Amino acid sequence: MRLAAVNADGLTIGLTPGMTLADARAREPDLRVFDADPHADQDWLERLCDGCARYTPNAAPDGADGLMLDISGCGHLWGGEEALAAEAAARLERHGLRVRHAIAGSPEAAHALARFPVPPAPDEDAAVRRLPVEALGLEGESAVALRRAGLRTVGDLAARPAAALAARFGEEAVDALHALLGLGHRPLRPRRPRPAVRIDRRFAEPLGSTAYALKILEEMAAEAGERLAERGEGGRRFEAVFFRSDGLAFPLRVETSLPMRDAPAILRLMRERIDALSDPIDPGFGFDMLRLTVPQAEKLAPTQLALEGGEARREDSVAALVDRLSIRAGRARIQRLEPRDSHIPEQAQLALPAVESRAPENWPKNGPSNREAESEPGDPPMRPLHLFDPPQPIEVVAEVPDGPPHRFRWRRTLHDIIRYEGPERIAPEWWKAKDGATEGESAGRTRDYYRVEDARGRRYWIFRHGLYGAEAEHPGWYIHGLFA
Amino acid sequence: MSESLHSLAALKRHIASLDRAPASQPCARFASGHDGLDAALGGGLARGRLHELFGESADEAAAAGLSLLWSRQASGDAPLLWLRTVAAGKAGGHPYGPGLAALGIDPDRLLLGIMPDDSMLLRAAVDALRCPALGALLIELRGRAPLLDLTASRRLALAAEGSGVTALILRIDAEPVPSAAETRWRVAAAPSAPLPGNAPGQTSFALTLLRRRAGPDGQAWRLMWDREKGIFGDVGDERHHAEQRSGDDGAALSGAQLPLPADRPAADHAARSLGGWK
Repeated sequence: MRLAAVNADGLTIGLTPGMTLADARAREPDLRVFDADPHADQDWLERLCDGCARYTPNAAPDGADGLMLDISGCGHLWGGEEALAAEAAARLERHGLRVRHAIAGSPEAAHALARFPVPPAPDEDAAVRRLPVEALGLEGESAVALRRAGLRTVGDLAARPAAALAARFGEEAVDALHALLGLGHRPLRPRRPRPAVRIDRRFAEPLGSTAYALKILEEMAAEAGERLAERGEGGRRFEAVFFRSDGLAFPLRVETSLPMRDAPAILRLMRERIDALSDPIDPGFGFDMLRLTVPQAEKLAPTQLALEGGEARREDSVAALVDRLSIRAGRARIQRLEPRDSHIPEQAQLALPAVESRAPENWPKNGPSNREAESEPGDPPMRPLHLFDPPQPIEVVAEVPDGPPHRFRWRRTLHDIIRYEGPERIAPEWWKAKDGATEGESAGRTRDYYRVEDARGRRYWIFRHGLYGAEAEHPGWYIHGLFA
Repeated sequence: MSESLHSLAALKRHIASLDRAPASQPCARFASGHDGLDAALGGGLARGRLHELFGESADEAAAAGLSLLWSRQASGDAPLLWLRTVAAGKAGGHPYGPGLAALGIDPDRLLLGIMPDDSMLLRAAVDALRCPALGALLIELRGRAPLLDLTASRRLALAAEGSGVTALILRIDAEPVPSAAETRWRVAAAPSAPLPGNAPGQTSFALTLLRRRAGPDGQAWRLMWDREKGIFGDVGDERHHAEQRSGDDGAALSGAQLPLPADRPAADHAARSLGGWK
């Protein structure tokens, strides 16, 4: 185990990221360590990034530990660029963060200047030229090779002809140098993508009633539908915000499983959403602005009127039902099963929200999907209808320790097995085991599955977890599924 | 007297007009997949009606299997929706795609609704039944489910009639109560016809018709699902008798051909060696 990050106190006693935990503990026995969680860090960074929307609409996470704000034209609102930076730094420091910031003409220069402190320089260009060559962010040994060649700063590199540099260190070194010097232009990719459609409606007099506001929202939805139709698109997500005159805002989001641009249908979903709210939308002193955005749009061909009615629109109608139920009950509650390519039974399927997934041909047709079981036409189902996840432990009596089960006790009921088939041996995924272990606990255990039927005709899928003696002293038995 | 007779007749006419019109006229039916059963029902199960299937919790998978197979018969190519609660998944396991496919139900056509509680489930059920594009709706309720009273089931029945979507109500661990269902069944797992090597055979069900609107009830069937042909066959007679011999206690060794007590290891061994190796 190695240290992923170290705090300021740790740095003062000589700990560095990448050091092994044993070495660190040798230096400081009372060291407090926590598991690194890059996903949580990323989430936190994205939340901070969303918070920076107060300074500029163009904000993006920068690597794992930085935020990049495009503040062109935003500085004057805060009394200058330096004042804006100081305010942003102060706000972030209130969260307990240590913040270093830099302002530069290009994102790359700002990125490097914030990370590699340089002595004060008269202007940005001079500061960039004083940066060490590591600031180029080149891969592998390039920075070391540059230093060996006697090129210590970005300024040294910039003084050389670019062709020689490209010949020795590759095209990307020249690109990185030009980006740092502000010669190339790489646009920032803001975290908040521009919505496909945005419609604002401002009112001179605040609207006092939600019903009236919804009526106006319907007009806006119709307008959004026209705009989407012009581009041959339909919205997959719609977001309405009710801005109240006292500064509060109520967002409403709906999601659809098929792209659509039909204003009454959108409004129906919105009303559904309002009904599902725990506290209703309170107009208070009235709404002074409504905003409707379509953050996500997809291709939708112009609709054709059905000639003979019904049949052509079946897909639409079930999709509408899925949308309605998903909005009322929660999007994860209406699900569709999708196959996964795994021979471990519980990993062979995934339940996804039906709003999201709509590839209609996923499961292998004409026959059983269990390629491992090699079931032939006319065979009974080899896989159960209901699967327990996790499997439930049972007590089993077998004639010989590694033989087939004879009777088992599940939920305090004894079942005598009168028919069985097995074992079907399912090996663990040894290629995913840690450290390449093929034996022992970390490699996982083999499962021996039996299809059994008890005296009353109930069919179960049970397995022994581990090979007797080789993998476990006393392997446990589990029930994994129920056959119809 | 004559005047009261007259008003009585008027009242009867009025009530007849209030009564559901489709009740008197024959409705569309779909084949259950078993010839004998279809003949007894007059052509199959009624489309756009409620059908209740009762099963013990130990027979839960069998009951779910039969209701899914009937939903498949009812829906044709249209999608079917299975509404159940979060508690059902915890107690009885989650629907398993490969198993559904192995039974002959296309998981691509199945939508699952996992609802937090019964009241949400019933609201969603009424909504779903109003959607005519749906092939069939399977409503799974566990326990007594007091929310599904006569009023609620009547509401479901009206919605189903309006749209023509067949609703199958799967009641696990429940006692029949008055409802607006067209038919009511009790389902249990039945011993299968063994394959060579005494392996469990094709999916089999024991089925009893508990109640039927406008028709005799009380018949019982034993069905064996044939995935290849997509129909139900009869479970072989000899198996039927063997199961009856083994009785209902479930503890006796029905496979034993020797009169040995079941709790002796020798008896187990004898039963295994006789029944398991051929």
